[in-house]
Amino acid sequence: MSRFGIQLDLQGNLKHFLTIEGLGRALLTEILDRAEGFLGVAEQTVKKVPLCRGKIVANLFFETSTRTRTTFELAAKRLSADVLNLNIDTSATAKGETLLDTLRNLEAMHVDMFVVRHGESGAAHFIAEHANPHVSVINAGDGRHSHPTQGMLDMFTIRRHKGDFGSLCVAVVGDILHSRVARSQLLALRALGAGEIRIIAPRTLIPAQARTLGARVFHDLREGVRDADVIIMLRLQRERMQGAMLPSEHEYFRLFGLTEERLHTARPDAIIMHPGPINRGVEIDSQVADGRRSVILEQVSNGIAVRMAIMSLCIGTQNLHG
Amino acid sequence: MSDTDLWKTTAEVETCIWGMGRDLAALLQEQRKDAPLMIGIHTGGVWLAQRLHRQLALAEPLGQLDISFYRDDFTRIGVHPQVRPSRLPVSVDDRHIVLVDDVLQTGRTIRAALNVLFDYGRPASVLLAVLVERDGRELPLEPNLVGLRARLAPGEQLKLGGPDPFRLVLGRIPPERGETPAPPS
Repeated sequence: MSRFGIQLDLQGNLKHFLTIEGLGRALLTEILDRAEGFLGVAEQTVKKVPLCRGKIVANLFFETSTRTRTTFELAAKRLSADVLNLNIDTSATAKGETLLDTLRNLEAMHVDMFVVRHGESGAAHFIAEHANPHVSVINAGDGRHSHPTQGMLDMFTIRRHKGDFGSLCVAVVGDILHSRVARSQLLALRALGAGEIRIIAPRTLIPAQARTLGARVFHDLREGVRDADVIIMLRLQRERMQGAMLPSEHEYFRLFGLTEERLHTARPDAIIMHPGPINRGVEIDSQVADGRRSVILEQVSNGIAVRMAIMSLCIGTQNLHG
Repeated sequence: MSDTDLWKTTAEVETCIWGMGRDLAALLQEQRKDAPLMIGIHTGGVWLAQRLHRQLALAEPLGQLDISFYRDDFTRIGVHPQVRPSRLPVSVDDRHIVLVDDVLQTGRTIRAALNVLFDYGRPASVLLAVLVERDGRELPLEPNLVGLRARLAPGEQLKLGGPDPFRLVLGRIPPERGETPAPPS
């Protein structure tokens, strides 16, 4: 492992993309700049560039996902890589094969990159540690820990609308406690030097270490979005809720659901973001989700360019080592 | 020789570009290529194309190509850090294209640029205009319009500085890099 940690090679080039943590502003900015170049590929008649021709990318999804998996697949295909989609629930692991055996078998098929989503925190890191040295691993979401490509595509969307991070007030609203997306966003916002970071949530959905993430905590939505430039709504993760954290979804919407009326205190040019899938009428009102300030669908398109940037960087690093 | 030497002064480059503009206008007229689309290759080619585009007073906006994603040495050197988006404001389908670059050496950049172009559509024709044609071709590509010609020693490299003011400088690839294949021009 290099002195930069498992994600970087000895020269500091990106080899795996597992978490935002430990990646400096320069590298994050390089990813954003590179993604800018990939946006144009969508405008070509042939929506492909030959950068990763001959490479094999395996999507290892131990948790279901539609948007993330398809945008990773599209990103890999636009880079001209070949893509294997492995739905682990229905494959050999269900027959008792261990994760490492699955890994070895895929390596024997000369897979160059694993895109991993897993319900356990640290799963992608574990795979990166045990994978063959010429293989790269990208974390597509692990437990409550991290979802770094989502964090980066959100930063990319913010930068395209607002430019420099230094003068921005960004509010993240909702289920921070269960959200790997929020963790990645908060780390990226900090690394990129966002002017003010706020988190807005009921007391039961804020993690104990919230303040160490460099954020101001609010429990009142109207107060929290005052003068905000960017408002990021999080999905209420019903499937991760255990115990009585919330009285009801109806009650949650009454207090923390984003409506046009509650947006009055935000800056008039504020943008509204959401990683999807959205629960209409739970964390966000349809009028806001479909409104003029919403950039939710743009986030999806941007996700392809950002994932292309990250994948091509990692593959490029592999190539440097022959 | 120092690391970089002036090869052509600003005045010499300007005169050369003006002559290229005149010859290009004549060539387009002779070949009856109406309403051509001019496309420059980043970075030097775009500077040169901007100048030619203005001189010929072309109606269609100037296009810009970045070939980083199409380079054939990605497997060796990774993606060039500064990728600028390609911008083709008008569809290239059935159009006469004037592709502009600063220095033609191996031909690999032009090969990549043609690939990018054809991923945007199917042009009627492509003309290649370069400020400097030098030795060292590795692919069967020849320009239609040339400003200057040069024969250089191995390891020497011509670079267009600019755009204000333009100048052509002669540089040397350091020996340790000189042993690996030169970057495509």
